[in-house]
Amino acid sequence: MHGNIGTQAKAGETGKAKGRGQPPRVGDDPLFRRILLAFVLFFVAIVVVAPLVIIGFEAFSRGAGYFARSIAEPDTRHAIFLTAMTALIAVPVNTIFGVAAAWSITKFDFRGKRLLTVLIELPFSVSPIVAGVAYLFVYGLQGLFGPALQSAEMKILFALPGIVLASMFVTAPFVARELIPLMQAQGRDLEEAATSLGASGWRTFFSVTLPNIKWALLYGVVLCNSRVMGEFGAVSVVSGNIRGQTNTLPLHIELLYHDYNAVGAFAAASILALLAIVTLVAKVVLERQGAGRVRRPATLAGNDAVYPEVKT
Amino acid sequence: MKIRLDTVVKTFETFRAVHGVSLEIGSGELVALLGPSGSGKTTILRMVAGLEYADAGAIYFGEENATDIPVRERGVGFVFQHYALFPHMTVAENIAFGMKVSRVKRSPQVIKARVRELLDLVQLGGLGERFPGQISGGQRQRVALARALAVDPRVLLLDEPFGALDANVRRDLRRWLRKVHDELGITTIFVTHDQEEALDLADRVVILDKGQIVQEGTPEEVCRNPANAFVVNFLGDANRLDAEIRDGKAFVQDVAFPAAGIADGGGQILFRPADVSWREDGQGIAARILRVIDRPDSRRVLAVTAAGQPVEFDTAPEFSHRKGEAGFLDIRRPRVYAAA
Amino acid sequence: MKRRVLPGLPLALGVTLVYAGVIVVLPLAALIFKAASLGPEDYWRIVSSERAFASYRVTVLCALAATVFNLVFGLALAWVLVRYRFPGRRLIDALVDLPFALPTAVAGIALTTLFATNGWFGAPLSAIGIKVAYTPLGIIVAMSFTSLPFIVRTVQPVLEELDPALEEAGQTLGASDLSVFRRVILPLLAPALLAGISLSFARSLGEFGAVIFIAGNKPFETEITALLTFIRLEEYDYPASAAIASVMLITAFVMLAATNLMQARALRYTARG
Repeated sequence: MHGNIGTQAKAGETGKAKGRGQPPRVGDDPLFRRILLAFVLFFVAIVVVAPLVIIGFEAFSRGAGYFARSIAEPDTRHAIFLTAMTALIAVPVNTIFGVAAAWSITKFDFRGKRLLTVLIELPFSVSPIVAGVAYLFVYGLQGLFGPALQSAEMKILFALPGIVLASMFVTAPFVARELIPLMQAQGRDLEEAATSLGASGWRTFFSVTLPNIKWALLYGVVLCNSRVMGEFGAVSVVSGNIRGQTNTLPLHIELLYHDYNAVGAFAAASILALLAIVTLVAKVVLERQGAGRVRRPATLAGNDAVYPEVKT
Repeated sequence: MKIRLDTVVKTFETFRAVHGVSLEIGSGELVALLGPSGSGKTTILRMVAGLEYADAGAIYFGEENATDIPVRERGVGFVFQHYALFPHMTVAENIAFGMKVSRVKRSPQVIKARVRELLDLVQLGGLGERFPGQISGGQRQRVALARALAVDPRVLLLDEPFGALDANVRRDLRRWLRKVHDELGITTIFVTHDQEEALDLADRVVILDKGQIVQEGTPEEVCRNPANAFVVNFLGDANRLDAEIRDGKAFVQDVAFPAAGIADGGGQILFRPADVSWREDGQGIAARILRVIDRPDSRRVLAVTAAGQPVEFDTAPEFSHRKGEAGFLDIRRPRVYAAA
Repeated sequence: MKRRVLPGLPLALGVTLVYAGVIVVLPLAALIFKAASLGPEDYWRIVSSERAFASYRVTVLCALAATVFNLVFGLALAWVLVRYRFPGRRLIDALVDLPFALPTAVAGIALTTLFATNGWFGAPLSAIGIKVAYTPLGIIVAMSFTSLPFIVRTVQPVLEELDPALEEAGQTLGASDLSVFRRVILPLLAPALLAGISLSFARSLGEFGAVIFIAGNKPFETEITALLTFIRLEEYDYPASAAIASVMLITAFVMLAATNLMQARALRYTARG
């Protein structure tokens, strides 16, 4: 019944067609598919998987005991402590900023809104080294407030406040950029309904807005935390790299590595690698809850079509 | 080009299956595949196009078995439901696409001339440099048609061609498509769920339900002799009353309707709202008026029979009976079927 | 301004402006102020010094190479993740974000260890005469790693939402797979690709942590601009540091503007006429 009466169909395709649902889509040719998959898997193994594997491999290369001793070093412990402290301060402050920025930008129309979104996104485009250097010229001795700060005996640079400030700079967009597209898509109807029913602003936020953005918010917080704990460039400029005092974990890794203590460096690095894996898992879990799924433009301010002024 | 489907079968994990459909479409015919959503009509169209493989059965283009010809060599013109115009190409580039990618090399001048010709055919001369996002829905529809016609297809396939348009645009485009078809004489199959559209446009209507052909024929045939209750209901508003079949007659209350050739037992009669008259006394099915709805050119009456079944019918604007009044329904052109 | 319905603008906007002002604008302004106070001649002398110039060349060329690699690899990865179903797909999808989640210093030492001449990849490569660590190739590897997710993550959603009917339309019109890809799919991915490319390139230009471990940091050869800024700082040559940092900052601004312009151009067909 299915003779090839004058058809051009290749024999292989004829056989495959029966009971096989859809004809091949573009790029579904089996050979092409296999080659492309092999190419991709090869490079994923080399570029992504191998670095992760070697961290664990090197960290335990002298056994678990040596690993534990490396982690328990006072300087390493202090670096962990300092990194945690930085995150504990920078992440909440940044979260408040992100929510406030998203609330202003998505729930209101005002002049200069675009400029504000550009500003919030800006740290993404700025090299961390530039950020660090910039902070030096604000709080450093050669900077704007340096002399005043010195006479007041306030230490910002080469101390925790400087590290926190630099971390806040590099992560400033993290929470806002998760919230803005989502809140933009959700519009203002719910909040307006709540207000018309007599709810106060805070009440409206906590009982109407927050439940709708909680996963995206958490998503932003997780990413922000991961970056704060891992920031290297900006922090290395402002911290002064004082061993046992202003060394965060990433800086401490560099120090150990350059001291030819590779195993110690990898032991410390394994903590941050573990944090990265936890972050990735959290990311997947939160994405299942719908976070991070609103399509966003590459830059928040880049495309008017994506952010139409909502008429009220 | 004559098209023939021979017991084509297609099953999906979901419901849109096709269960053994055989169909012949004459050369130059304009045929509508009509059915509710999930009736398999789009799947049939996509199988004819080669966008879906049949699990069993065969599709012939003329005498050639086309079942296994890949879509790009099948030579069909397909107009997608939402047109699928390439958004990054101008109208002219969209229309020229098929000629540019063809193995048959054409010079740019030839392509340009053909595009101009097609733009004129679809009455869009002068819009060639616009992007699809810059023209109206009806214009997009015509661009999609021009693009499909540009490759001189053996058969033209349209998936819900007017589905996304306003009512007025729809009617104009429908008449226009009929004109284009008559000019070109190309075998055309289109899919629709709108019976008015199918009856208005097609030479022949194929009515589908649950993946099978329920009836096929000219618009006149399917309207005058619907094969079953489904077709009656699907083609337009209809009332349905339970009946009892005895000795070639269908009884509703004690009113008899001819029912030759239907086995004794449960039955049903169906009739259009226009085929009912209200009588204060005499022959008919006893009923009571529940509500009267006014329309510009008529009044629609909602009534309930003594057996408690609802009936709706249309009357002249002068109809003066009111809610609560009792009377009798006189039914013309009843269609009697065995109970479902 | 229209009368506002919702409460909270003064507080929210106040917090936003203060934070953006103190955290983002103030330091950048201070940097520009510092660089500007140099005077044009000094400024030009510093930013056009031979060593600075060499660092620009290394940085830009390596960032370009890394971006080209990521363009091919990222597009292929996005395609595979969206269009193919294979065991481990979800795992790989999650791993794509690793370069964002893994601190750059950690990535730096890991990549250096892998590609050093006695490393897992470095040893076989040096056997065939390819040195990666402490050469520009190493810089490219580090930059590729840290900017990998950009192109994948900008292309992936667009590819996912691409209407299959567009491909089918191409096929019914007689186009081969290659034609459909080249004439239909690729142009529709172009805006996302452009966005990914510029993000990836910008990130590579500014990358510091991952690069400095593997680069070798030899002046004129494998010294990136970010490192030169840092070195000037350690030498207490603050004006030079400010000047070079300002070059990086201006480059970032230009990139940002160029990206927006290119995106607007690539999407011009969506404009209503």
